[in-house]
Amino acid sequence: MMNIPADLKYTNTHEWVRLESDGTVSVGITHHAQDLLGDMVFVENPTVGRQLAQHEECAVVESVKAASDVYAPVAGEVVAVNDAVEAAPESLNKAPYENWMFRLRPTDPTQLDGLLDAEAYRALVSAESH
Amino acid sequence: MPFIPHTKQDVAEMLASIGAASIDELFDEIPAELRCAGLPGVPEGLSEMAVTRLMHGRAAQDGFWSSFIGAGAYEHHIPAAIWQIVTRGEFYSAYTPYQAEASQGTLQLLYEYQSMMAGLTAMEVSNASLYDGASALGEAILMAVRAHKGEVKRVLVASTLHPRYRAVARSIVANQGIELVELPYCPERGHTRTEDLDPLAAQAAALVIPQPNFFGILEPVDPLTDWAHAHGMLAIAVVNPMSLALLKPPGQWGRAGADICVGDGQPLGIPLSSGGPYFGFMTTRQSLVRQMPGRIVGRTVDMDGRPGFTLTLQAREQHIRRSKATSNICTNQGLLVTAATIYLALMGPQGLKEVALTAHARTRALVERLCALPGVKRAFAGAYFHESVLRLPTNTEEVMRALRAQGILGGHPLARDYPELADAILVCATETKTDDDLADYAQKLERILSRRREAPPCAYKS
Repeated sequence: MMNIPADLKYTNTHEWVRLESDGTVSVGITHHAQDLLGDMVFVENPTVGRQLAQHEECAVVESVKAASDVYAPVAGEVVAVNDAVEAAPESLNKAPYENWMFRLRPTDPTQLDGLLDAEAYRALVSAESH
Repeated sequence: MPFIPHTKQDVAEMLASIGAASIDELFDEIPAELRCAGLPGVPEGLSEMAVTRLMHGRAAQDGFWSSFIGAGAYEHHIPAAIWQIVTRGEFYSAYTPYQAEASQGTLQLLYEYQSMMAGLTAMEVSNASLYDGASALGEAILMAVRAHKGEVKRVLVASTLHPRYRAVARSIVANQGIELVELPYCPERGHTRTEDLDPLAAQAAALVIPQPNFFGILEPVDPLTDWAHAHGMLAIAVVNPMSLALLKPPGQWGRAGADICVGDGQPLGIPLSSGGPYFGFMTTRQSLVRQMPGRIVGRTVDMDGRPGFTLTLQAREQHIRRSKATSNICTNQGLLVTAATIYLALMGPQGLKEVALTAHARTRALVERLCALPGVKRAFAGAYFHESVLRLPTNTEEVMRALRAQGILGGHPLARDYPELADAILVCATETKTDDDLADYAQKLERILSRRREAPPCAYKS
């Protein structure tokens, strides 16, 4: 069964987004995304300080099958990157929701309201798989 | 060997099978204005006999010269065994196979090639080749910009780098908004100096260092590499692989070594053949391997633990990443790489060193003989490998023409690319030149120059 936590937001490009208590958002790839890509071998994160536009390509996850872009779910500045996933890309397979890739400080927090909730994302995934 | 893909009957049967009345009907989806009506300027086909005759005629136009021109392509002795082996059916293809893993022999050869190039350049990884040295440089520049996450789109290039390499690199990177900044060189010694670079130290993704440079002169690669690293740039080495039998390999330049090394593989068993095809090579550090374009062959074990070879790190190639691939190069110069691998295996490290040393000694002897003539002198005082820039006391084009009339290609005039060297030629002598060849050149040049001193050409006749 597809693992889609109810407390996260999602994009139609298969990133998950979590609003942190300090107002930043953590971004990772969904269970479905890692399932499609297969065994991860490499993660390339953006540099801290980079300003991203919404939907801008900003990271790459590479599996044994393919290298895939990760897009900024909302506009904002990169305030942190998770070195642990770069050192151990397989952690994105093992626990995709525990291992965020990078954190953004949103330029416009209302953009978060436009993201998919768990139910909408589940519908998207099930539509894509048919 | 005649090659006829399909007969008229084959074509008719295929059309019948897919239900199209004619080839034209098959393509009628393509709007008429996009279709090429004909190929003006392309003549009708010729018979095999006529083509053979034409090509023999063309080959004869090449003539039989005693060539002292290097300038990026070098005449070396090619042992007969090399092309005998290369033209075996098992190797006779320019492509890495489409079912690559079914062709273990080809993959093993490429793996050996990569190992040799990594060893020769003292770098950690090599790809399975690129098109040629100049386009390999273009790829290296794109790679350096990617390594800076595309945030720095400026690269410094020594103006002592081969002019055609600079032109090709500019063609490749200009449309991606990457600026190439050319650096001055020392007019006395003929190489780049770090002290001239400081005003240009503004942000750049890489510094391109040729070794030896276009003038044959050795660049101060250690301080240049360190200078690049101190300013946050990658150091890209453009080298003649033959010279590495004698010179310090790029992986050992400066304190940390060069980051990317490229060059043209032609000196390693590839004939001059009017300018190509040759092949490019690229080696780099392990940490940059995911930014490296082209194919890479790896050694692994199968399910039963038996050793085998496989293409690896393909996730960023064109067939997976499409327009976002690290490069649009999806094949390589497999046949020429096969020749180079056999050349390197036949020569061995000692053989390669002897060829390089002999070429260096022959060029020194040539320079000594020519500089003994009145008015001929070296343009630069720096140390050189197997090429040297010589200033002549009279018009270089005319002197080259007079030598050519006597069967000698005397050198490459530099006026077109370096106006400040309008009176200079670039000469090269490899192990293919004997003392008699050198003496013959010196003697003919002496006669030509002395005649010009006695009777300088007045008006241009004709």
